[in-house]
Amino acid sequence: MEEYILEMKGIVRTFPGVRALNGVDFRVRPGSVHALMGENGAGKSTLMKCLVGINPPDSGEIWLKGKKVTIPNPHTALKLGIAMIYQELNPVLERSVMENIWLGREPMLASAKFLVDHKAMHAQTKALLKELEIDIDPKTKVKELSVARMQMIEIAKAISYNADIVIMDEPTSALTPNEVEHLFAMIRKLRDRNVAVIYITHKMEEIFRIADEVTVLRDGNHIITKPISEMNIDSLITAMVGRRLTEMFPKMESQIGGVKMEVRHLEVPGLLHDISFELRKGEILGVAGLVGAGRTELMETIFGLRKRSAGDIFIDGKKVNIQSPADAIRAGIGFLTEDRRLNGIIPVLSVRINTIVANLGQYLKYGIFLNHRKIRQDCEEYKERLKIRTPSLDALIQNLSGGNQQKVLVARWLLTNPDILILDEPTRGIDVGAKAEIHTIITKLACEGKSIIMVSSEMPEILGMSDRILVMSRGEITAVLDRREADQETIMRYAAAKANNNHQVA
Amino acid sequence: MAQQSEVGKFINKYAIFIVLIVMIVVLSFLSPAFLTPQNLINVLITESGRGILAIGVAFAIISRGIDLSVGSIVSLTSVIAASLVQEPTYSARIFPNLPLLPPVVAVIAGLMAGIIVGLTNGALIAYTAIPPFIATLGSMIIARGIALILTNAYPVPMLRAEFKVIGQGLLGPIPYVVIVFVVIALVAYVILNHTRFGKNVYAIGGNVNAARTSGISVEKNLLAIYAFSGFCASVAGILITARAASGIATLGNNYELDAIAAATIGGTSHAGGIGTVPGIIAGILILGILNNGLLLLGISPYLQQVIKGVIIVGAVVFDMRKNARKK
Repeated sequence: MEEYILEMKGIVRTFPGVRALNGVDFRVRPGSVHALMGENGAGKSTLMKCLVGINPPDSGEIWLKGKKVTIPNPHTALKLGIAMIYQELNPVLERSVMENIWLGREPMLASAKFLVDHKAMHAQTKALLKELEIDIDPKTKVKELSVARMQMIEIAKAISYNADIVIMDEPTSALTPNEVEHLFAMIRKLRDRNVAVIYITHKMEEIFRIADEVTVLRDGNHIITKPISEMNIDSLITAMVGRRLTEMFPKMESQIGGVKMEVRHLEVPGLLHDISFELRKGEILGVAGLVGAGRTELMETIFGLRKRSAGDIFIDGKKVNIQSPADAIRAGIGFLTEDRRLNGIIPVLSVRINTIVANLGQYLKYGIFLNHRKIRQDCEEYKERLKIRTPSLDALIQNLSGGNQQKVLVARWLLTNPDILILDEPTRGIDVGAKAEIHTIITKLACEGKSIIMVSSEMPEILGMSDRILVMSRGEITAVLDRREADQETIMRYAAAKANNNHQVA
Repeated sequence: MAQQSEVGKFINKYAIFIVLIVMIVVLSFLSPAFLTPQNLINVLITESGRGILAIGVAFAIISRGIDLSVGSIVSLTSVIAASLVQEPTYSARIFPNLPLLPPVVAVIAGLMAGIIVGLTNGALIAYTAIPPFIATLGSMIIARGIALILTNAYPVPMLRAEFKVIGQGLLGPIPYVVIVFVVIALVAYVILNHTRFGKNVYAIGGNVNAARTSGISVEKNLLAIYAFSGFCASVAGILITARAASGIATLGNNYELDAIAAATIGGTSHAGGIGTVPGIIAGILILGILNNGLLLLGISPYLQQVIKGVIIVGAVVFDMRKNARKK
């Protein structure tokens, strides 16, 4: 057997204006978990897209099990035993789990080769899901599943190809701690079957738990490949950013004032039950909980994107009637949504329009025409202030890295000059450097007297950034903790708690 | 390397205008009758009506919708406006006892018809969440039916001179029709690039969820988008009727398809969020010059259809390749 199942040698890939990969070497051993790390824009995803034939390399060689191969398209990659689970899932939402898994290679009836054998498909899916301990009915429509469960299905699909190499791009970005455990168990199972798993992530702690080897890329260059046992967090970060990050959470102590917003007895049938809490001036209120606890739904309700059946919201002691996002913005609330691509950015439009779109009313000349000069000034100002890296304000936002897209969205909301800023998973899928920058922005805003609600599934972020922590479980608040009394175990206990004694879940 | 040259970028960006210029140059060589002021003005007159339609439809397309009803609005506007300005001496008037109305009444009535159909489209799309294709397909058939009911499918002829002048009059060498087209194009350009409403149209087409979260009232904007499309269609209806000197209940049949074709050739993306007024104008001129040129060269009108179809599909394929390369 070869020492390496996969060898990529001198891979070069350019895009208009960018040399994304600069002669990268990458080698993976069979039956191992190989972490691929680097900041956004380092070339991780591009390298993998070269491997699976989405963006074949301009030059360089790919050797698979000792044989040189060319992979012009994803279909070939699958035939060669390379399956990839993408960060942005693309399931066919209206079709069932089993149809999604066997899409394009449905089992056919033996008697009539042109008819799909749904019975066999169902049986095979059931067996596959059982083996992976995924408790989902094969006939469920994918749109009914949570993001986490969709991801499980994608992993099952990749495994169903009998691939020797499985690539996972940020697989845990939408998963709760329990689901991460489940995923790791699956990965170990794959490894035991001699499958090589290439694991792309930004989360340090995961690397040390699951990976055998790690390769770091930076600016399209190969920096280092080493067994994980020879690395630690510091050396890894140094390799990734080329400098040392002294402060992971740059939290500054802010002056916490009186009550800014109060939510009383908020109710959304089937989703949220009797939610009451208060938010103080200058405070960062962390909101923790498992996926499905209703955190995003609560924020959407406060912001007027969802109808509530009962409950009141008070801002500065006055009751406000929020029926739509426009009402919420008028009341001084900004909302950075959870899913950047789905609800945040407008991909085909420029950075400039994406920055000002929530705030067009402030740029009117004579009440009707847009003041392009003022727009440019403000965009330039925020570009500087938030260190948004973009070739120009007219560049399409879809061409920016995730971290920079997120900064544009932060700028969008800061321009509305909100007193209350709701941030839903503000650093999901963002590299460490940009993450620290966004954390700095958040803590500065709190120091300026803004009230921040920060929903996050990353425990270190919650613990490192919050003044108080609100824990939700199954649509209810199960605890409000001071940062001094909070630790990972306490939060997890409340996050997993069933509805407490006083309440029934609807 | 795969680095794109500056020339390549330029060609990509202005492809549609380059195609237009190349067509003009080639036709000038092939047919001496092509590059004459009279012929070019004729092309402009013929295409002005459809050009105005295309601009309205493009708003719907940029917002990730479509408006199939504009052809029928042309017809409806045509018979309504015409019926209010028939010569009193004509014996078979639609309204035999109608007093002599100023033509502006007919114009306003026609515009109202277009705006009402447009608002209905917008309301259906915004508040019932019917796909725009279905909503405007329904109103297209309904408006067409109403135009036929009003006239019993007979033409509405013998229009008064004060009305006909809108379609036939000249300002110096330039027909009013062309002037109205230019004005509407300028207004649309200003709306799309310099007003809040314009940015909302792009945002809604680019990502409706993001638009909603940004506090944009998607519903009100959809109403305005389809009302604008209806308005443009009725302006076109009035111009074409005045030029033809007769109201006709089938006047606008298939115009919606020409308008959609022009907007599409001009780079308006059916995936939403992309489209410009100069592009749309280039699109309509390409179609118009193609019609005119093929006619001058004596090519069969049936073959013309085939060529037009190929160009529409080709334009979209090119556009998608161009956009794909950017990623």
